[in-house]
Amino acid sequence: MNKLISLIAGIIFGIGLVVSEMVNPAKVLAFLDLFGNWDPSLAFVMIGALVVSSPLFHLIKNKEKPLLAEKFNYSNNKEINNKLIIGSALFGAGWGLGGLCPGPAISSLALLNINSIIFVFAMFIGFYLVKFFNLNKTS
Amino acid sequence: MNIVNFTPITATLGGMIIGLAVVIFFLFNGRLVGISGIASNALTEKDNKFDNLLFLLGLILGPIIYSLFTSKEINITISNSFILLIFAGLLVGVGTRISGGCTSGHGISGIGRFSLRSIIATITFMIVGILTVLIKNFI
Repeated sequence: MNKLISLIAGIIFGIGLVVSEMVNPAKVLAFLDLFGNWDPSLAFVMIGALVVSSPLFHLIKNKEKPLLAEKFNYSNNKEINNKLIIGSALFGAGWGLGGLCPGPAISSLALLNINSIIFVFAMFIGFYLVKFFNLNKTS
Repeated sequence: MNIVNFTPITATLGGMIIGLAVVIFFLFNGRLVGISGIASNALTEKDNKFDNLLFLLGLILGPIIYSLFTSKEINITISNSFILLIFAGLLVGVGTRISGGCTSGHGISGIGRFSLRSIIATITFMIVGILTVLIKNFI
């Protein structure tokens, strides 16, 4: 049953990316073009998502356990270190170059666009490199 | 700065749909959505592998289901430089895993639970993303 929820949550997330047009890299790049022709839409996507998810998160986390799992399972890492800053900066540079972050990139595979397939392939190589060289463990 | 192509209503609505997906995943499965984590763990970890793969499948099905129900075509504009896309993909893959999150994991789930770590990550990748676009526009 929780497998079905994973699928449904993914579908709803993907629909949200299309409705908000975040699946389109040009729309994301226009948000990052703050000093040029700026499209503030992405900020409204984040606000919309937070308005729904944040209050409900704080309500739900006080429950004894989730409806279909033994316990809540999320990172409560509070560490603010070099890895956080360097990793975020590298991500920001890649995001600014291509206009793609992981969610929209994977959703855009639905369009069978060769350019987004290449991006996702490179992104997965990036994930694998971090795992292989243990870059997320050492500080 | 010129404000162009701003779509606040669909952006907010799409954002709320994304927020709903985050809430469903948390309420039923007890996990917080972070696409870079889900995608990278689907590749490298045994735990929750099938759940993660189903979520990713859902992300891809989302746009397809949206198109079927609305009969709207989804158009995206993406760079067609393979070198740029590979470089951007590697940066996004490596960066999100070193910093432990992307636009969804830090930007929505993390900020939603008022994590300072995620707020700092989000500010960092936004600033670097904006600077990257600024520099790219100069070249």
